[in-house]
Amino acid sequence: MAVRLKESRGQEMALTAVVAVVVVVLSILPMLRLIMEIVAPGGSLSRAAIDAGLANSSTWVATGHTLVVGIGGTILAVILGTLVAVLVTLTDVRGRGPFVLCYVMPLMVAPQVTALAWLQLFGPASPLLRLLGLAPPLGARNPLYSPEGIILLLGVQYGPLVFLLVRAGLRKLPRELVEAARAGGADWFTVLCTIVLPLMTPSIMAAAALAFVSCVGNFGIPAFLGIPANYLVLPTLIYQRLAGGGPASLGEAAFLSVLIGVIAMAGILAQEAMSRRRDYRISSTSMIAEPYELGGWRLPVQAGMWILIFAILFLPLVGLLLTSLVPGYGIPLNAATATLDNYRFVLLEHTAASRAFLNSFGLSIAAAAFSVIAAIPIGYLIAWSTQRNVRLLNLAIELPYALPGVVLAIASLLLFLKPIPLTGIQIYNTVWIILYAYLARFLVLALRPTVSGYHQVDRALEEAAQVAGARLFTRLRTIIFPLVAPAAMAGGLLIFMTALSELTVSALLWSSGAETIGVVMFSFEQGGDSNYAAAISAIMVAITFVLMLVTNLLAPHLPSGVLPWRD
Amino acid sequence: MAGLTLSNVTKSFDGFDAVKDMSFDVKDGEFLAVLGPSGCGKTTLLRLVAGFERLTSGEIRIGGQTVSSTSGNVPPERRRVGIVFQNYALWPHMTVAENVGYSLKVAKVEKAARERKIADALALVNLKGFGDRRPANLSGGQRQRVALARCLVAAPSLVLFDEPLANLDVHLRASMEDEFAAFHKRTGTTIVYITHDQAEAMALADRIAVMDHGRLAQLAAPRQLYMEPANEMVASFISQGILLPARVLSAAESGRCRVEVLGQEVVVRCRPGERPRGNAKICCRASDIEAGGPSEPGFDALIKRAVYQGGKARIEFSPLANPELDLHFEQPDPNSFESGAEARMRLKSGWLISGE
Repeated sequence: MAVRLKESRGQEMALTAVVAVVVVVLSILPMLRLIMEIVAPGGSLSRAAIDAGLANSSTWVATGHTLVVGIGGTILAVILGTLVAVLVTLTDVRGRGPFVLCYVMPLMVAPQVTALAWLQLFGPASPLLRLLGLAPPLGARNPLYSPEGIILLLGVQYGPLVFLLVRAGLRKLPRELVEAARAGGADWFTVLCTIVLPLMTPSIMAAAALAFVSCVGNFGIPAFLGIPANYLVLPTLIYQRLAGGGPASLGEAAFLSVLIGVIAMAGILAQEAMSRRRDYRISSTSMIAEPYELGGWRLPVQAGMWILIFAILFLPLVGLLLTSLVPGYGIPLNAATATLDNYRFVLLEHTAASRAFLNSFGLSIAAAAFSVIAAIPIGYLIAWSTQRNVRLLNLAIELPYALPGVVLAIASLLLFLKPIPLTGIQIYNTVWIILYAYLARFLVLALRPTVSGYHQVDRALEEAAQVAGARLFTRLRTIIFPLVAPAAMAGGLLIFMTALSELTVSALLWSSGAETIGVVMFSFEQGGDSNYAAAISAIMVAITFVLMLVTNLLAPHLPSGVLPWRD
Repeated sequence: MAGLTLSNVTKSFDGFDAVKDMSFDVKDGEFLAVLGPSGCGKTTLLRLVAGFERLTSGEIRIGGQTVSSTSGNVPPERRRVGIVFQNYALWPHMTVAENVGYSLKVAKVEKAARERKIADALALVNLKGFGDRRPANLSGGQRQRVALARCLVAAPSLVLFDEPLANLDVHLRASMEDEFAAFHKRTGTTIVYITHDQAEAMALADRIAVMDHGRLAQLAAPRQLYMEPANEMVASFISQGILLPARVLSAAESGRCRVEVLGQEVVVRCRPGERPRGNAKICCRASDIEAGGPSEPGFDALIKRAVYQGGKARIEFSPLANPELDLHFEQPDPNSFESGAEARMRLKSGWLISGE
């Protein structure tokens, strides 16, 4: 008996050890390396890097810009997302499923694609505006090349993020709390303002913090909209420094990326402080309140919601599509000029572009596959382990995703600039460093659904196998994997979609021969070849949409909330 | 204050009738308990009265005014009903005083008057000085009293209780029962009280409406419900009534008739107008059964189990002639019955269930 006891513990120890190695390599090591670069550049403790960074005026200008667009984008996202969440969750509007699918779509599309689509919509060369005869004269400045443009697009991009969190909060609101207020004589709007929204404070705050971190760390939108206007935020400043100075400017880039991390953390801490000020704990559980009957308002509200979708999704996508069909900048689109040449060029003729498609597909598949395989044992420890350090483990895996992508990219650069000790392997300037960063950054996207999958599985199923004599690894393989696999797979598909058109990390880590789709699209746009960039973007949107629909097939086997676009 | 009238109220969810053709009157100032096993539709009934659900057919009137009908629905906030929920439904982001004063604030009552009314309401439920506390810092009984004060302060025409004691422990239940009774006496409010606990309903209500599968099974005063159940469901649901097959031998005469039960002839209570018939059922209680002498009228039975219950024993047995029937009675100490033994049992009385 004693032998059996020892063996089963041995397997759990082995599992814990493997998970620990994964977490150290993917999360703790890069963060430590980054911090070391700041406090001890060159190996000895010094304030030199910090002082140099603080003395530089462009640091302060970019920090100011980051705060402006970060806070502005967050406010817009919170207003939009909360409004939509209230309408969709608490009222009797029709057609929720398609609406939610469309509204969440911008979140699934890469930010730089959103940026490009909107630019094509409003610019002087906009085929749509030209078709309508509304285009500004060629050479006029695109109105989106401005802080207001960046804020607008950040709000559109991350409104769905707020929507998802607030909706989850609203679904936990017990109906009695609403009904008690209505029985007390309050009409629906009063209940909304005095009961529902105050009780949603924690959800709204958490959503705001997440939106803030995303806005501050966003690279694609300020890169497309800010760089042409010379309106630099911290991520674009880092990009410019590295593009101009190469590895020599890594120290400065490290300082700037830590600064972004600090701003993001400050946002999260502010949210924690605000949420603690009052007691919002809802102790009881119950059904959600009956949807409020909008009556005569229902049709206008529904119309308004679809106009929103039309404005933030369909119009930009149409703009993108039309641009991808135009042979060159400023040429009007008509039956004679429309062409698929741009698609043929990016898919078949341009070597870097076709290589990038291969690279991105390979990277995304590898990142998704690794994350699914890793998420199952890690999720097992987080969901079911009785060990104490589980919270720390969870935190360590969340960190690379919670921090802006720029931070992780710089940390990876620092870590692998020199060959890996003992082995002499050099992954800097290869596709492998991008893969490393993807693994570190996206693991949590597979882990979260897996953990919620574990919470839905009755632990007795595993215990029954244990009683039947199966040891941990056997149980993981034969019992646990089949049960949580759908949730983990859905996470893998999310990773695949996100990684496929990723730009923030790869913009800093790419090298010739190791381009990603995002990078190629970005360089086309920077070189003025919007038509090629639009063609790539249109392909990416189509792939994303098809993947979303394919993932929907998994939905019956998934815990609710895993697929964000499902109502 | 106002009465409540339901006329042929039906509520269907996707073809399933949660409430079916319910009609009854609650008089002004009356305390009506709605009693039934879980899933019988009593909570749906309460939500219909409060206005949170729309009825499928029928009509609901409060104080003579139609509030729900197929042609329209007065929204809950305009019905002047108060509700006390099972889970209290106190708003966690407000203090006790803010919770209690919410309806006054919504009605834009000026501050001084509002504070006076809040203080009065809190005093009425013995929570003077608790105004600044948070709901999270109160015990279950205190929370329920805050909920009571909250619905009281608006002077509602009708107060609905939705299983208000189900979340409280046994000791607290008894004292809250007293509190509710005192509340009713003091305010004279019309009360509809939903519960699945018979003892609670019996102790508090003027009349009890028993619900079964969405229908009204019987509406009567507690004593009548116990003594004269209208049908088999009520008979077996209330106080574990025992149902026995019987044959009516004589017509009703001053509320009694003779029946044959388990081969024994017994005089039982009955409704006027009963005539001799077969296939009848009588309802009797454990107290209607006693052990009889060997030659006395009665029936022979097999003792199945004797459960000691402190000072008395519950004796479970089956008649030898009908072994599928399970009966029981209570035998005060000392108990001489043992399982497996045979004994003579005697039925003293019962109630003949009318056979519509």
